[in-house]
Amino acid sequence: MSADRPDLVIQGLGKRFGATVALDGVDLRLPGGSLVCFVGPSGCGKTTLLRVIAGLETPTTGHLRLGDRDLTRVPVHRRDVGMVFQSYALFPHLTVAENVAYGLRIRGVKRRERLARAQELLELVQLPDVADKRIAELSGGMRQRVAMARALALDPTLFLLDEPLSALDAKLREGMQVELRRLQRRVGITTIIVTHDQEEAMAMADLVVVMGDNRVQQVGPPLEIYRRPVNRFVAGFVGRNNFLPARMVAPDAVEVAGVRASVARDRPAPPVGTDVTVAARPEALRLRAQAPARPALRGTVAMVRDLGRAVETRVRVFDQELVVSGHGGFAEGDEVWVELPEAGLVALAA
Amino acid sequence: MSAPTAGPAISSPADARSGDGPWPHVLLAWPTVALTLLFLVPLGIIAALGFFRRIQAGFFEVAFVTDNYARALDAFHLERLAVSVVLALAATLVTLLLAVPFTFLLTRRPRARQVPYLVLVLASLSLSEVIVAFAWSLLLSRTSGVSNLLVALGLMERAASWSPGLPAVLLAYVFIALPLAILSLYPTFSRLDQELPEAAGTMGATPLAGFLTVVLPLVRRAVAATGALVFIFVLGAYVIPQTLGRPAQWTMPVHITDQAIMKNHLPLAASLAIVLLVVSSLVAIAIVALGQGRWPRLALPGRAR
Repeated sequence: MSADRPDLVIQGLGKRFGATVALDGVDLRLPGGSLVCFVGPSGCGKTTLLRVIAGLETPTTGHLRLGDRDLTRVPVHRRDVGMVFQSYALFPHLTVAENVAYGLRIRGVKRRERLARAQELLELVQLPDVADKRIAELSGGMRQRVAMARALALDPTLFLLDEPLSALDAKLREGMQVELRRLQRRVGITTIIVTHDQEEAMAMADLVVVMGDNRVQQVGPPLEIYRRPVNRFVAGFVGRNNFLPARMVAPDAVEVAGVRASVARDRPAPPVGTDVTVAARPEALRLRAQAPARPALRGTVAMVRDLGRAVETRVRVFDQELVVSGHGGFAEGDEVWVELPEAGLVALAA
Repeated sequence: MSAPTAGPAISSPADARSGDGPWPHVLLAWPTVALTLLFLVPLGIIAALGFFRRIQAGFFEVAFVTDNYARALDAFHLERLAVSVVLALAATLVTLLLAVPFTFLLTRRPRARQVPYLVLVLASLSLSEVIVAFAWSLLLSRTSGVSNLLVALGLMERAASWSPGLPAVLLAYVFIALPLAILSLYPTFSRLDQELPEAAGTMGATPLAGFLTVVLPLVRRAVAATGALVFIFVLGAYVIPQTLGRPAQWTMPVHITDQAIMKNHLPLAASLAIVLLVVSSLVAIAIVALGQGRWPRLALPGRAR
């Protein structure tokens, strides 16, 4: 928690829409001043969780606390949140400046004062010359920035963004990721971004909350989520992974197709003797023409794809294909050895 | 053989349309013909009828006299006209005050849950003015009306008659106009981005403030058009003011019918109808213009920081 930005604490939060469970027992502590990404597939409950935090939905169970303040039943207009909606929800009947200054108008700030503040915010999002334009005159990227400026106008305690970059093209999206990160650092407001794009989450967040099946699957810094997924869902959703059936033969080792290999030791592994699934990132595997000294699996190259920044080689090992990302150098039909990394495998409950 | 000529590489939709033969023109001409035959011709006849001379023994004879129009604009009829307009405006206002929030809230519900309400609205629209007038006349009567129910519930001491009178007329006007207004507003409200009022809420606007500053300005044209529609519809009602109103609430349609049917004075009835048409058109145009103008800025109470 930063000095003046309280932590957001969520305890046992659940939300039902009739018989449909949208959120199931969510527990989270989000540090004040951090940038958090809720990531997960469509329908996993991430937007519902954001809407509950905003006060747009009332939770069925559980509590929501910001520092010492219980927010659970506080209506949206009393929550002090700034929100960027997926559609941006800019008011088409108002000019850009009037949109940005809307919250100040509601609070009774004088017109001259609020328009000056709107101009300040438009400069912050690098749109100094659009104050008098209508929303319809702006491009998608400009609308997105105006929506951010509007959400920040009241210096909210929480800055919430629902899929803010999904409507932008790939190039603009990448630029906006950097800008959004810079903007958050400058204003220092606790920021929560909902996205279905795990790369976007990894690129921007201090903390990633992976959601699946209406509950939180894992919380952690991006690299930890990537390197040490706690279950098969997270391992499969965040980045690409190869999954191999294996058996725990020691607290730090598995046997994969008769080959003994070490697994990550920095987290609890399933008990010895149980069947597990090991996850191996494509870039953690190495292809060798000859049998290496380290543990390796023998296979045949099934397909080679040059992706520019790396060559993807698909190797048929027994009855499944392993994806290996590297420099290539092999052709379809070659007999190869797939070298398993030292402590780069993650053992997951089968 | 003629040399090939350079033509446009891509044909436009307009080119394609021009090759469809005369049918589009025929189809487009139909509304014009229908409007002329079914509205403008009868209107012209009625306007001309207003200048004809009444014959005591019969109906009228062709002439050009201005007496009928002069009588249509005398103090009595102008007062009746004013009563008619004020009553219709009051009914329009009450109808909009009920229909706008109802339609807004209805369109925020899941689509499947809207259906029963829409069926109810459509069902009440199918009732004719005559049935509505007589039903309310019965419901508001002393002998068999709702006041008996209130007496039975102990909420009133003895049964009362609430008809005829101004409240009864207004109630029935609103009853027949409400489904029309809801159905007229529904498409606009259902297209409204649901996130707009939510966005207003995140910026500190109470639901009412968000509705007044965001929703209403965005739907004002539809509200004004609905207002004009309701106004004209109510102004033309004849059975309701006659059945549920006292003579003080008898509107122009009642007097027009009285002149045309009871007193056989068709030229005066025609001139009254034309005056009513002109005035109702002017008021309806004013209502629509109000909707197209700049929405008055509302000073709303906000939360103090």
